[in-house]
Amino acid sequence: MRHTLTVLVENTPGVLARVAGLFSRRGFNIDSLAVGRTDNPAVSRMTIVVEGDDQVLEQVNKQLHKLIDVIKINDITKDAYVDRELVMIKVYAEAATRSEIMQLVDIFRGRIVDVGRKTLTIEVTGDEGKIDAFENCLRPFGIKELVRTGKIAMLRGLKPGTKNNGYKEEDMV
Amino acid sequence: MKDKKLSGAEILIKSLEAEGVEVIFGYPGGQALPIYDALYDSGIKHILTRHEQGAAHAADGYARATGRTGVCLATSGPGATNLVTGIANAYMDSVPLVAITGQVPQSLLGKDSFQEADIMGITMPITKHSFLVEDPAEISQVVKEAFYIAASGRPGPVLIDLPKDVSTVKAEYSKPDKICLPGYEPVLDGDRRQVKKAAEAIAQSERPLIYAGGGVVTSGAHEELLQLAELIVAPVATTLMGIGGFPGNHPLSLGMLGMHGTKYANFAVCECDLLIAVGARFDDRVTGKLETFAPGAKIVHIDIDPAEIGKNIQVDIPIVGDVKRVIKQLTEILSPDLREAWRDKITAWKKEYPLSYCKKGGLKPQYIISEIYRQTKGRARVTTEVGQHQMWAAQYYTFTRPRSFISSGGLGTMGYGLPAAVGVQVGCPEDVVFDIAGDGSIQMNIQELVTAVNYNLPINIAIINNGYLGMVRQWQELFYNRRYSQSELINPDFVKLAEAYGAEGIRVTTRDGVAPAIERAIRSGKPVMIDFVVDREDNVFPMVPPGGSLNKMLG
Ligand SMILES: Cc1ncc(C[n+]2csc(CCOP(=O)(O)OP(=O)(O)O)c2C)c(N)n1
Ligand SMILES: [Mg+2]
Repeated sequence: MRHTLTVLVENTPGVLARVAGLFSRRGFNIDSLAVGRTDNPAVSRMTIVVEGDDQVLEQVNKQLHKLIDVIKINDITKDAYVDRELVMIKVYAEAATRSEIMQLVDIFRGRIVDVGRKTLTIEVTGDEGKIDAFENCLRPFGIKELVRTGKIAMLRGLKPGTKNNGYKEEDMV
Repeated sequence: MKDKKLSGAEILIKSLEAEGVEVIFGYPGGQALPIYDALYDSGIKHILTRHEQGAAHAADGYARATGRTGVCLATSGPGATNLVTGIANAYMDSVPLVAITGQVPQSLLGKDSFQEADIMGITMPITKHSFLVEDPAEISQVVKEAFYIAASGRPGPVLIDLPKDVSTVKAEYSKPDKICLPGYEPVLDGDRRQVKKAAEAIAQSERPLIYAGGGVVTSGAHEELLQLAELIVAPVATTLMGIGGFPGNHPLSLGMLGMHGTKYANFAVCECDLLIAVGARFDDRVTGKLETFAPGAKIVHIDIDPAEIGKNIQVDIPIVGDVKRVIKQLTEILSPDLREAWRDKITAWKKEYPLSYCKKGGLKPQYIISEIYRQTKGRARVTTEVGQHQMWAAQYYTFTRPRSFISSGGLGTMGYGLPAAVGVQVGCPEDVVFDIAGDGSIQMNIQELVTAVNYNLPINIAIINNGYLGMVRQWQELFYNRRYSQSELINPDFVKLAEAYGAEGIRVTTRDGVAPAIERAIRSGKPVMIDFVVDREDNVFPMVPPGGSLNKMLG
């Protein structure tokens, strides 16, 4: 089963290497990992999508916790949460196909962010399913380049944290 | 105006002094020169080992024997990479160690500069934590946190990498007042409900068994463990790391369990109805085939590291906490029990299946170790290398006190014992120290013999010289059709070698020679290396073949 973890870490040099190294060394399967700083510049937040059964997830959780730089972990898979991913797709667009592509962009509420002689670059945000669907729609036109951010996620509303460690609950809203 | 600022290196030394560091094991070099310069004026003693691996193992041995955090120091690049095995060794056995490395100046970092190695990256999987210091003003805080992390919770090695510009530039020294590690908060007390559940399981159990690991020694829980075992009449089997955590001569002691454990310990695992694991981690050398490990038993697992719980085996009652505290919590709510049938069964097994060896033929390693035990009255600090001799030391020296058996368990590092003995003797100057060594292993860090001579450390080295990488040969004999591929050794003359280093060398080839040689070594007050030329093809038994079930032992 796929799990979505949100992980607060200290924003130290090497923290990404520590987390990534842990996953590869222990043979945990990462689907995606997105990281960026929070409102507190000393703290970064990772959204990690990981594949595994309950026992694997328990180990992922515990091993992550052992990293000194990891402040807090939430497995939000079973909770109500909002998740988003952003994709940019550069797709071949001839005069004949342009309008059809633009219609698709409209339907998916995407935006065209660059126009080339033979290509359009499109940005779409949404959950994973929507991004996958959009990619499939564009595939017949010929995708030149594609980049996805990986999923970022946030719990809905307020939820008491699992561990009090001096970081405000608002971090989790 | 007087300049109150200190160089980064001076701040480092001051911070180490503030942590109560008495001794550093190390080896200098270019990027560590500022640190060595600051050390020149310090009261901290420095032991110059002859290889950085030796420094790391010596600091590790010092830590295991004394319970204090060991400190080793090396220069950048090759100095730092030479520490790697020692750091990994400390990591696997949860030894508190602070390793300090010089690093190229920050302006040269990432440029493949002379003697640059990304030691923080290299050691990430084998350290509990690591720091690359970027500003001398951070040093005092980093040192404080490093020592706290190394020694608290489940101990382990922490690396501090110090670029040369950081150790040279001046800054104000300020004593750090508090530690700020929001992500690090070891749980020490066991959850009351879990402790209660465990107590209930114990009360209901007819055949409880305590499986004690290194955590008992680390947390200083030996007295609590003894109390618990006697209170509930549960026999105690220890892992290699747990040796000394329970007196080996106690009627409830089953010695070691697992691959080279005693038959009665392994039988007890197979027949117990409750297994109480304390500070142990269900290593494959202990469990053998997991499916048949303690098949009829409920499992209670007490450990300070939550990640160990459920890692290798499903447990029924997990308790996260410091082993010493949790055992105390348990004994407080337990009532005594006699369990006569179980006790009788254990006693009968011990009588029927004692450790034994064939006494015919040449000189026997087991006899040598028993004789060292006899003459030191079980009070020596024994380090070992890795191989057959290590297992015989674990089997035939009856350890009764914690921190007296000092051996590389998790990593199984040949070359550990001699430098560890150096560190042990530095930490325990009054004690008799023996390195029980193999003829192969001893050559992996033999250079540390001159360290012992240099600092007048009267360590004793007992080489069990079988002319083989014996443990490798044993596996080849049993599992590879006696095809002794690359396991036979052509050895140097160990007596001459000892003398060349300025130590005393003794050769023993007969049983009669054993006792006088040991006596002479203990009395000499100098480092002594005894070359015991033993039966070449003796095997360590009992043995559970790798991946086998504990009740199917060879020998
Ligand atoms: C650094 C290292 N290299 C290789 C091994 C694999 N190994 C384990 S035991 C052993 C043989 C050790 O020989 P010796 O020191 O003579 O001890 P004996 O088994 O003969 O008592 C070897 C090569 C190891 N444990 N450590
Ligand atoms: Mg040998």
